[in-house]
Amino acid sequence: MSSLFTAEGLAGLLFLFIVAVTLIGGIIATNSVRLPRAVSGLAMCLIGVAGLYYFLNSPFLAAMEMLIYVGAVCVTIVFAIMLADPGAEKRSGRQTALSGVLSFGVAGILVWGLVLLATSTMWPAVPVKVNDGSVTAIGHALLTTYSMVFELISVVLLLAIIGALVLARIGRDKA
Amino acid sequence: MNLFNLHNSLESYLVVAALLFGLGIYGLLNRRTLIGLLISSELLLSGASLNFMAFSRFLAPDPTTGQIFTLFIMGIAAAEAAIALSIIIAVYRNYQSIDTEDVAELQG
Repeated sequence: MSSLFTAEGLAGLLFLFIVAVTLIGGIIATNSVRLPRAVSGLAMCLIGVAGLYYFLNSPFLAAMEMLIYVGAVCVTIVFAIMLADPGAEKRSGRQTALSGVLSFGVAGILVWGLVLLATSTMWPAVPVKVNDGSVTAIGHALLTTYSMVFELISVVLLLAIIGALVLARIGRDKA
Repeated sequence: MNLFNLHNSLESYLVVAALLFGLGIYGLLNRRTLIGLLISSELLLSGASLNFMAFSRFLAPDPTTGQIFTLFIMGIAAAEAAIALSIIIAVYRNYQSIDTEDVAELQG
């Protein structure tokens, strides 16, 4: 057992903390009755995921996660909650308790299978890396190997903007 | 198994990603409002992205591949959230509710 008070030990402690933040945020996001609280849980969970990306040698992706998910998607969801004003989630359905148990069972079986698969597989040895995965390497790959996908996703985003504007106008007065 | 060396093993990331995916499935089946469903689907997508990132860090010869996949997943998720939220607002304008049980005109 390595000592806690080395750089490695502190990094391991930080990793456990980040994993706890991610999972607690996910539990808040899926279980809270009030939607603003669920969005806060989602933001907490995504901040944890950004920390995990940092541990996976990708500070660029961690920054993008903070910008796009925590900064843009969560704020957009908060705006939609303000516009739609749902209040507390209604719990009047007849089989809510049963549906909770059933969905927990389905998710539990799925997680059990995935964890079993992840821990029992013999993963191949670490291959020789062809580059260091830095931001420079990502930029080169985006504009050479993946340039077609890069162009296509900009078209997708443009269509999403136009589609969102058109959809949100439906049913509004022409005033 | 050393508790403070978990961040250097592939399996711990895969387990966290599986738990995120399971939370997303649970929320997707259990939630009753459309915005709750959208939040759960974001959890599903981040579980999948975490898997991509872990495999790219530990197993792929080219570590940029998984990062670029995750970037594209983020872009698609942002587009999906924008479209879904505008649909939700249109539904709210027509039904005065975003509860999944109220939006049942085609149920027959």
